Amino acid sequence: MQLNFSIYRYNPDIDDAPRMQEYSLEVEEGQDMMVLDALIALKESDPTLSFRRSCREGVCGSDGMNMNGKNGLACITPLSALGKGKIVVRPLPGLPVVRDLVVDMTQFYTQYEKIKPFLINDDKQPPSREFIQMPEDRAKLDGLYECILCACCSSSCPSFWWNPDKFVGPAGLLHAYRFLIDSRDTATDERLNELDDAFSVFRCHGIMNCVSVCPKGLNPTKAIGQIKSMLLQRAV
Amino acid sequence: MVTNQASMKRNGIQDWVSLRATAVIIALYSFYLTFVFFTSPALTYEIWQGIFASLFMKVFTFATLVSIMLHVRIGLWQVLTDYIKPTGLRAGIQYVLNLIAFAYVAVGLFVLWGV
Repeated sequence: MQLNFSIYRYNPDIDDAPRMQEYSLEVEEGQDMMVLDALIALKESDPTLSFRRSCREGVCGSDGMNMNGKNGLACITPLSALGKGKIVVRPLPGLPVVRDLVVDMTQFYTQYEKIKPFLINDDKQPPSREFIQMPEDRAKLDGLYECILCACCSSSCPSFWWNPDKFVGPAGLLHAYRFLIDSRDTATDERLNELDDAFSVFRCHGIMNCVSVCPKGLNPTKAIGQIKSMLLQRAV
Repeated sequence: MVTNQASMKRNGIQDWVSLRATAVIIALYSFYLTFVFFTSPALTYEIWQGIFASLFMKVFTFATLVSIMLHVRIGLWQVLTDYIKPTGLRAGIQYVLNLIAFAYVAVGLFVLWGV
């Protein structure tokens, strides 16, 4: 069985403009594989094809890319899930391309840094051992802490495409809410102050592209809604 | 880049609440007008004028027109800051579109006065 691919190629040292390159791969009839496995196989015949990958099991978040128009992790996306026709692979949209499927994630990380993604606790005597929580407080972090920062969500969000310097983006805001809701964090007001403008949170119009593409099944739109509610409750 | 004070100092919460508050009025008016439209046996000029002659309908219509203007003002600012990056051009387009939105309210008001 022959599988056909159309893969985005761009090497700024050589190419004047990006182009799509056609590839084909012979696989056994009925055999399925992940997109990453197919890319690795294609790279054997064309070593110039560039993409990021590391854990190859959906944990590290390195191989986020756009497959047949939808962002996802190549290592956990089976070819069978992409239909029978040609498979079109492009880099994550909205981010500058370094080479082929490798994107520059500086804007994404800058927004992530903005939300101070670490526990802030100004208690005089923090516990010297484990910083434990009540089970119900710990349960509030479920659906938030699992984010692996693959950028599939933020790079599928038009608000992030148009204002990557001001809108924190779904991934950053999911993490922001993870710390806002953490019973051990004492910087809730400071965190909300940082988000209290017309762009950081409120550029989210709830179109839920982020929810649709998240490879971990998380719901950034819901977390953003909770942040909006927290900001509103504080203002009224 | 949207860097000017006028844009960054906008209040996100206020815009968010205003959009929803005005949307409720616009939706209610749309439902009410649809209801009137379908429950009137025949829509002659006299019946149509009678509907808008009541003080309730005049106030409701004017509140809706103002709501649309406020809704449009915030919505346009959001769309324009997304798509038009040169500040001068964006400010110019924003000014003209806001004037047009105001003109619609003024025209609506004069029409209501005339009924």
